[in-house]
Amino acid sequence: MAIVVFVEVAEGKVKKTSLEAVAYGQAMGGPVTAVALGSVDKAELENLGKYGAQKVLHVADDRLNQGIVQAYTAVLVKALEDEKADTLVLANSSLGTPVAAKVATRINASLVSNVVAVPDTSSGFVVKRSIYTGKAFSFVDMKNSKKVIAIRKNAVELKETGGTAAVTSYSVSLSDTDFAVKITASEKSTGEILLPEANIVVSGGRGMKGPENWGMLEALAKTLHAATGCSKPVSDMGWRPHHEHVGQTGVKVAPQLYIAVGISGAIQHLAGVNSSKVIVVINKDPEAPFFKAADYGIVGDAFEIVPKLTEAIKAAK
Amino acid sequence: MKILVCISHVPDTTSKINFLDNNTKFDTAGVQFIIGPYDDYALARAIEIKEANAGTTVTVLNVGTADTEPTIRKALAIGADDAVRVNADPTDSYFVAAQIAEHAKSVNYDLILMGRESIDYNSGVVHSIVGEMLGVPSVSPVMKLELDGTKAKLSVEIEGGKESVEVNLPFVAGCQEPIAEWKIPNMRGIMSARTKPLKVVEPKNVDGGVKLQKFELPAPKGAVKMVSADHVSDLVNLLKNEAKVI
Repeated sequence: MAIVVFVEVAEGKVKKTSLEAVAYGQAMGGPVTAVALGSVDKAELENLGKYGAQKVLHVADDRLNQGIVQAYTAVLVKALEDEKADTLVLANSSLGTPVAAKVATRINASLVSNVVAVPDTSSGFVVKRSIYTGKAFSFVDMKNSKKVIAIRKNAVELKETGGTAAVTSYSVSLSDTDFAVKITASEKSTGEILLPEANIVVSGGRGMKGPENWGMLEALAKTLHAATGCSKPVSDMGWRPHHEHVGQTGVKVAPQLYIAVGISGAIQHLAGVNSSKVIVVINKDPEAPFFKAADYGIVGDAFEIVPKLTEAIKAAK
Repeated sequence: MKILVCISHVPDTTSKINFLDNNTKFDTAGVQFIIGPYDDYALARAIEIKEANAGTTVTVLNVGTADTEPTIRKALAIGADDAVRVNADPTDSYFVAAQIAEHAKSVNYDLILMGRESIDYNSGVVHSIVGEMLGVPSVSPVMKLELDGTKAKLSVEIEGGKESVEVNLPFVAGCQEPIAEWKIPNMRGIMSARTKPLKVVEPKNVDGGVKLQKFELPAPKGAVKMVSADHVSDLVNLLKNEAKVI
């Protein structure tokens, strides 16, 4: 069963979550053909071989430097057909998830998003997915011969197995309707570790007292190669942009380590972080509900503890 | 102008999640159901558009059993004009999207709004499937929606930022904050909601090719290990040598 993996690129690099999608295809038994769209370093595409891609189809169309869902859908539907593939794997994201939905509808595939583990094929084709905003899981049997699987971060362990993928240029004729949605401007933080991709996240809440105090969190994040996040009140008050809001109605993260500073731990915030492997809570209130959901905790003044923690991490390196 | 707002009927965000019958059925005991929080943003924006544009009507649609009617009445109390309930258990995204598309085909809506995802199954795909089925564009997650004649200007969240997007009507949007402030129904709205039309239709028979087998709750968390604020380096040791995450 041939598998096509949609590989997302940002700033000329393959996203880490897309490497996981390639590894997921490999773990399913492959063979894997990766499809990348827009400008990207060739070495980045060859490198996909390390994670299990046999070949890479690259569509170097400048119009696709923007993530146009409709156009990406058309390319992937054609690639699945040309590769005689019956399965598409990709990473859940603002671009990946809608593409998954549209491709699945067009090719009449079983579709499951938010998948957290490799399928169990001992009886049927059963995938485990995250539901109730991280509070539970469900097991779903994908019955159609064609399948589209959108995975969450950490659905598969990322291992390098060596090998270089053959990169072939690929083109698909696209129509005007594929570009009906026009992206007229884009504001994006560059060079930073993106929240949904980060292995470590440092988040601040109202306990940080104001946006002017974020420097110490950024310093801690920098030391740990972490992304910064925040609680809903912080984003509502405009201290930090909305794309950093972690929680029920914001970004759901699943890092190895989540460090919460000055966040009390409302259930809506916990819903966004409960898939984290290890949670550290720093709060001056020993009764903060977040401690109950934490692995490690420190009760005390964030303004003293955070700089000390940054120094201690530097010292331990 | 005609707007359709699709709403989900979901457990309140503070609900404890439990399952019954050997982990095959959601336990509704003690659970309060609400309009999906993201759908509630979509509804609030639709009502704002209605208030600013005379002659606009807002229809709400829910795919659900009779249990969802109080949730639908709440949407009517907030300001929707009429409602449609597709009488079925919403088993999967494809099924729900097919019911929405079936209804929308007969009405020619200018705008179809819903939340970016429902907070029970979190699939985040219904808007995209509806768009595909109707042959119109779909955009999500939309944080700002301004109409400008026959087109709309949107702000859409992406990882690490946002995009400004233009699209012609009709289209489908998955919405999220801060597109509008949630609206709380007033007494007049609650009274008038009782008599607003709520039509019940039977579902179209479709199969999305997915079957739920069972649910599972995450393994319970162990007790928190506290570290003294005077020995922050102990935390670094634990993270490095015990948890092995740094």
